[in-house]
Amino acid sequence: MNKISDDISKDLKDQPKFSSDLGEKDQDHHTFDVGEQSSLKKIQHFLHGNPTIVPVIILILSVIGFGFIAGGKFFSAFNLSLIVQQVTIVGILAAAQTLIILTAGIDLSVAAMMVLASVFMGKLSVEMGIPTLPAIAVGMVSGIATGAFNGLLVTRLRLPPFIVTLGTWNIFFALVIFFTGSQSIRSSDIEINAPLLHFWGERINLGGFVFTYGAFLMIGIFVFLWFLLNKTAWGRHVYAIGDDKDAAELSGIRTDRMLVSIYAVAGLVVAIGAWVSIGRVGSVSPTSFYEGNLDSITAVVIGGTSLFGGRGTIIGSLFGALIVGVFSSGLSIAGLDVLWQRFALGCLIIIAVGIDQWIRKVSN
Amino acid sequence: MEPILVAKNLSKKYGKVVALESANLELYPGEVLGVIGDNGAGKSTLIKVLCGAVIPDSGEILLDGKPVTFTSPIEARTLGIETVYQNLALSPALSITDNMFLGREIRQKGFMGKFLKFLDKKAMADEARKRLSELGLLTIQNINQLVETLSGGQRQGVAVARATSFGTKVVIMDEPTAALGVKESRRVLELISEVRARGIPIILISHNMPHVFEVADRIHVHRLGTRLCVIDPNKYEMSDAVAFMTGAKEPPQN
Repeated sequence: MNKISDDISKDLKDQPKFSSDLGEKDQDHHTFDVGEQSSLKKIQHFLHGNPTIVPVIILILSVIGFGFIAGGKFFSAFNLSLIVQQVTIVGILAAAQTLIILTAGIDLSVAAMMVLASVFMGKLSVEMGIPTLPAIAVGMVSGIATGAFNGLLVTRLRLPPFIVTLGTWNIFFALVIFFTGSQSIRSSDIEINAPLLHFWGERINLGGFVFTYGAFLMIGIFVFLWFLLNKTAWGRHVYAIGDDKDAAELSGIRTDRMLVSIYAVAGLVVAIGAWVSIGRVGSVSPTSFYEGNLDSITAVVIGGTSLFGGRGTIIGSLFGALIVGVFSSGLSIAGLDVLWQRFALGCLIIIAVGIDQWIRKVSN
Repeated sequence: MEPILVAKNLSKKYGKVVALESANLELYPGEVLGVIGDNGAGKSTLIKVLCGAVIPDSGEILLDGKPVTFTSPIEARTLGIETVYQNLALSPALSITDNMFLGREIRQKGFMGKFLKFLDKKAMADEARKRLSELGLLTIQNINQLVETLSGGQRQGVAVARATSFGTKVVIMDEPTAALGVKESRRVLELISEVRARGIPIILISHNMPHVFEVADRIHVHRLGTRLCVIDPNKYEMSDAVAFMTGAKEPPQN
């Protein structure tokens, strides 16, 4: 035994002694490797620090590109404003989806939540004669409740968000069918009984550009969420949880409570989208927006938000939604079949995630 | 002098495995207490009990002479026991300022802060800069730099600055130099002396004998789930400490 300890003590004596002459040199490590970066590395670093740049560049390039391909028709005030109108609903869903994806989650149920909220609004006000505003309020509560339900399942049962929302997507969709009996609420009935439900579909003409009120509301939601995410502790905690949940917990954030609140806020945003959607579509249809879930995820991903959480900007998702709109509009004006729109969109998603992966490597 | 933190007769069993058996520990104001022990000696369980991550089966903890109980690291932290974890518990995608104030943000005064809950980013940045320069870490130029752009030693610096910023009574540092190179370890050891100079006592857990012997005022040797002895690093060699740790030598009676 004593021999072992002697050996160890010998080893210890051989270890380099720390001497204070390292003191001066060690200032170097704070600035190391800054000077010798290749230009590609610089781009990588720049994009890493400014994640919204990629979608902005793609948006500008795609607008210019489709201008060439589709000609002046694409650039008409009418068409450009139509694109904004068309992306309103997906844009609002993408805003909600961004909150969830920033926490390293995913929400497959957003569109079903939205249709369920719009069914409450429509059913109560049109068919049950309840005044429109309280009916809208019930729809909002439904959005918050369904969102919080997702959040509770994710935090209490520790299930992956993908599975939870895959389940609740089906549950909410089934509830929609149950409440409506697969019947749509007609636009004309809404116009007579609850015209307020159509409010966000009203249009104003600004020098040839036609905007719905809903498009302005969408912008408003993005601005509001931007403030929430960047100017409040709540917003910083959203990022911290997505970045490293355990670290966030050790920093004193009540991560489970936070997650439920994030899902609930996303639910509220979705419910606002429900009101806007009634104005946009005119009617309340139980089978509408069936692809809204995936479209919202597409917009968020193209907008530069990482599916691994903690990275991305809410404004990026707005650009992402606009990029999708520009592609659909441009390709259809250019006379291409819908299948090629999907093809292009698919390529865009893969490229966006590829770029995200490349940018993320910077931290290693 | 009265110890600031005392652990008395702490015991913890995991099934039949005894991790702690009537373990004691005292930390005095203004000192660095090194905690060493072989793998499986129970020192990490001891530390986890002190920082609130593990609840002991029996025994008590006194802080400033008063018995305290906590069931989570957050509760321990609100009482003034801060822990710098080996993985640092930082959010790499957030800035230095954001990380330092994570969970303890400063809000703006008046309406903007109270009702809109807006953060006072300037106050937080100023405070963060002040804390870092107090610890001699001013070389970090941009306080809004993302933590993932920092080197390992700088990240450690941010974690230590955070741990010493909020009315802290005790700092526990778990293997702070384990993942660092020679130069960076150097900085962290200086940082530990800096924190001690500011009157905050530190419990330093480390496998690195030269590091422990360099900065510790007393060294607590943990063996078989309990405190074997406390030695003065000026009176014993590292080889003695290793011998006590491994049971090759009888500990001094004190």
